[in-house]
Amino acid sequence: MKLKSKTQDAVLFYTLRVISLLVIALLLFIMFVLTKSAWPAISKMGFSFIIGREWNPVEDQFGALPFIFGTLITSFIALIIATPVSILVALFISEYLPKNVSRIIALLVEMVAAIPSIVFGLWGIFFLSPLMKETIAPFLKKYFSFIGLFEGPSFGIGILTASMVLAVMIVPTISSICRSIFELIPKHQKEASYALGSTKFEMIKMAVIVPSLSGISSAVVLGLGRALGETMAVTMLIGNSPVIAKSLFSPAATMASVMANEYTDANTPLHVSSLCYLALLLFFITFLSNLLAKSIVKNFSRLR
Amino acid sequence: MSEIKEKIILEAKNVEAWFGDFQAVKGISVAYGEKTINAIIGPSGCGKSTYLRTLNRIHEETEGAYVRGEVLLEGQNIYDKRIDVVDVRKRIGMVFQKPNPFPSLSILDNVVVGLRLQGINKRSTLMEVAESCLKKAALWEEVKDKLNSLGTSLSGGQQQRLCIARALAINPPVLLMDEPTSALDPIATAKIEELMNEIKRDYTVIIVTHNMQQAARISDYTSFFVYGKMIEHGLSSDIFTNPKEKQTEDYISGRFG
Repeated sequence: MKLKSKTQDAVLFYTLRVISLLVIALLLFIMFVLTKSAWPAISKMGFSFIIGREWNPVEDQFGALPFIFGTLITSFIALIIATPVSILVALFISEYLPKNVSRIIALLVEMVAAIPSIVFGLWGIFFLSPLMKETIAPFLKKYFSFIGLFEGPSFGIGILTASMVLAVMIVPTISSICRSIFELIPKHQKEASYALGSTKFEMIKMAVIVPSLSGISSAVVLGLGRALGETMAVTMLIGNSPVIAKSLFSPAATMASVMANEYTDANTPLHVSSLCYLALLLFFITFLSNLLAKSIVKNFSRLR
Repeated sequence: MSEIKEKIILEAKNVEAWFGDFQAVKGISVAYGEKTINAIIGPSGCGKSTYLRTLNRIHEETEGAYVRGEVLLEGQNIYDKRIDVVDVRKRIGMVFQKPNPFPSLSILDNVVVGLRLQGINKRSTLMEVAESCLKKAALWEEVKDKLNSLGTSLSGGQQQRLCIARALAINPPVLLMDEPTSALDPIATAKIEELMNEIKRDYTVIIVTHNMQQAARISDYTSFFVYGKMIEHGLSSDIFTNPKEKQTEDYISGRFG
C-alpha cells in the first residue's frame, strides 16, 4: 500500500518534471532556430543592422531602425491612450458598480481581448480609418499643430491609426489587471480613509490608487508586451512603409508587420535571414518588457 | 435607561441597521455623556460593531447596507439629508479592529493625513499636531527618531496606537473604537487601555469590546447587546456588580455567550 502510493507520487513527479522541461526546451529551441536562421544576417551586418535606416531588399540593403522605431512609437502612443482609459474603467468597475453588475461589465471588457486581431484590423479599415481621415486628423491639425507631430495629409492609415487600434486592443489587458489589483485593496484601508472624513474621490486617491501604483505600472508594461508583438491589425492599418517619419499621420511599419508582409516573397537568403534577425530582436524586446513587469510585480508584493 | 450626569454629546434614537433584508441592529436608543468612556459588550454577532458603525455613518459604505433612526451629535441629526457625511466623519473619529495604517505612508504622514485632507499643509502645524497626538497615543517616545519610516514597519500594537493618533489628529469630539485591542497581545493591550484614560480628558469614547474585564476596567458606562438589541445600559460599576437583567448577569458571569 505504502509502496504503491510512493510509486504513484514518483510517476507524477517525473511526468510533471518532463513536461515542464519540455516547455522550457521549446523556448530554447525556438531561440536556437531563430538565431541559426538569422546568423547569415547577424554575421554580415551585426550591429549596423539595428541602426541602419534603409530597408531595400532588391538592393540587399537591410536596416531595421524604421521598424524598431515603428514598433516602439505605435506601442508608446497606444500606452498613452490606453493607460488612463484602462485605469478609469477599472476604477469604475471596482469602486462604483454594485457587485452583481460589475461582474458582468468586467466580463464584457475582458471579452474585448478575445476579439481576433484581424477583426480589429477590419474595424480599423472600415470605421477608424475614415474617421481619422475626415474628423480626427483635421481636428488635431487645427488645434494641436503646434506640437509638430500632426503634419501633412492623413490618408486614414498610418502611425496614429495603428496606435489607436492597438490602444483599444490593450485596454482589456491593462484594465483587468488594474481591476484585480484594486479589488485586492483591503476594505479596512478604504474605511480608514473614509473615517478621516475623505470624499470618495479622496478615498480612491489615497487608499486605492497610491498603494496600487507599482501594480498599475506592471499592468501597463504587460499591456506594452502585447502591443509590441501585435501583428495583424497593425499590418492592416500602419501603411507598411519603412520610413522614420516625423508626422503621426504618415505611414510606417513595425517589426511584426514587416515580417508578416515580406516573409512570403522573401527570395534571397539574406532577406529571409534579415527577417529572422528582426524576429530575434522583437523576441528580445518583448522578453525584456515581460521581465520588467515581473520585477515590478515582485517589488510590489514585497511592499504589501 | 439610566440617567447620565454629564452633558449629552451623542445620542442614538431608535437606530436600526440593515444589510439588505437582514436587520442587524434593532432599535437602539442611548445617550452618551461628554468625556466619558462607554463600552459596548455582548456575544459575537450581536450587532455591536454594526451599531458602532452607524454612529459615524460608515455602515452605509457596505453594499446594500442602510440605517434607520436618528443619531444626534450635539443635538444635530447626522442622518439629516442636509448634512455632509464627510463633516460627520471629521467630528466622529474611528479606530478599527485591525490596525490599518496606510501602507505607503510614513509614520508622520499617517498621523497627519486627515489634516492634509482638510487642506492643512503647513509643515510646522503638521509637526506640532503629530507630536501632540503621538504623545496622547503614548507612541511618541518609540517613534520620534523614525518619523519617516513606513507606518507598517511598526509592531501591531504600535500600529494601533498610530491609528489612534491618526484619529485624534483631526480632533474629533467623539472617538469610536471597534475592538481596538482584539488583534493585540496583552502588553500592547495594556498600553492602549492606559492611554484611554488620557484620551478621556478631551474626548468621548465609545468602545466595542469582546473583553468584559476590559470594559469593567476602563469604561464609565456599559451597554450590553444581544441579537441586535440593547438589553441593558448603565454605569459600568452597576452593570458588572449588580446587573438588573438576568441575561446580563448570565453573560458577565460566563453562563452565556
